[in-house]
Amino acid sequence: MHISEGVLSPAILIGGAVVTMAGVAIGLKGVDNKDIPKMGILSAAFFVASLVHVPVGPASVHMILNGLLGFILGWKAFPAILVALGLQALLFQFGGITTLGVNTMNMALPAVICYYLFGWSTKSSIKQSVFITAAFASGFCAVLVSSILVGFCLYLTGEAFSPAAKLIVAAHLPVMIIEGIVTAACAVFLKKIRPELLEEINV
Amino acid sequence: MIEEINGYDSFIQRLDPRVKIIIAILFSVLAAVSNRFVVLIAALAVSIIILFSAGIKIKEVFKRLIPVNTLLVFLWLFLPFTFAGEHLFSIGSLTGTREGVLFAFRITIKSNSIMLMLITLAVSTPIFTIGHAMHQLGMPQKLVHLFFFTYRYLHVIYKEYTRLVNSMKIRGFKPKTDLHTYKSYAHLVGMLLVRGFDRSQRVHNAMICRGFRGKLYSLSSFSISRADIIAFILMAGFILILGILEWTKTT
Repeated sequence: MHISEGVLSPAILIGGAVVTMAGVAIGLKGVDNKDIPKMGILSAAFFVASLVHVPVGPASVHMILNGLLGFILGWKAFPAILVALGLQALLFQFGGITTLGVNTMNMALPAVICYYLFGWSTKSSIKQSVFITAAFASGFCAVLVSSILVGFCLYLTGEAFSPAAKLIVAAHLPVMIIEGIVTAACAVFLKKIRPELLEEINV
Repeated sequence: MIEEINGYDSFIQRLDPRVKIIIAILFSVLAAVSNRFVVLIAALAVSIIILFSAGIKIKEVFKRLIPVNTLLVFLWLFLPFTFAGEHLFSIGSLTGTREGVLFAFRITIKSNSIMLMLITLAVSTPIFTIGHAMHQLGMPQKLVHLFFFTYRYLHVIYKEYTRLVNSMKIRGFKPKTDLHTYKSYAHLVGMLLVRGFDRSQRVHNAMICRGFRGKLYSLSSFSISRADIIAFILMAGFILILGILEWTKTT
């Protein structure tokens, strides 16, 4: 879901960069030196997860997992995603310098939104069925909001992009469902094996 | 899959990384906001010249341009038809417009010139050097640390991932479109996170044992040489001229 270089209008590039800077500033505020190895390794794990392709019928999609990231990191998802996307740009040239802000915003803002909407469900007093539903919703909504943001950025750049914007949201519908399932299964797994991963960083 | 290429000794490689980063950013911004074809083509030409003087293999460059250009193909498929303007050609009931084609063409030049510049930067500068240079350019220390850690553990976790996938394959796992597959992948990711988390605590403890106090030291120090100044003035001048060219279009 990267928006490529040279497509968006300057106003949107600046807007995205400003939102990202604000998000990163908020995210970094709560970061202690002892959190950094943890965050770095998590953001590396998400980087690797985004290289994993999951089959959907004859095609395949790669995982995004920004819903899960928001669940675990909250506002810290902003610096984590910025760094992961920056490295993707340097290593694979997926996205470049001027779109880094917009692309980070499109991924990290939904993560933060999901954290506020569904983050409460990680408490141990919450019933398992509610937890699974919330985790599914988190994975689903994160991709939904991301694709809407991408579509919106394109639409604001030019009316000519509106069919493409709609197509992007529609094409991500199967991805949303898969992300929901994977996020739910992964959250349940983490809660069973290492519940402190969901709780400890999530302050 | 995660690989870096560098080691080509060239004039570009020996430049101060801070100069390279500033130039790459200024250049990218210029290319992203410009609309005049003269400016864009000049920018593309310069990015190609710089790329060649960095001595990168052409095959490698093409390989790295594939992801951008697959996206561009997608844009070419619909932009000529959705843009309002002068009739240029038609396929069936669809009419392509001149403006649409020009717009798609403009985006193609922009993307490729920005990407070529980024490739030159990425190939001629080791990632750790980029991190230190960004710190000196005012990036917050915590963000730089995060950048280093992520990069350092990318390879470790990727190795772990391939190991887990292999062990799944040995047990007869074949990915299909079903719940079992998605669950298996979810557990794979979960396992990566759990192991990564454990590893991060060991790493942190080891760092504390060695006296880590929130500061990383670089063995190499940067210094501005005459070549850096000349390169900077040349490129900044060039970017300025293109900027003026672009800006005077409307007046």
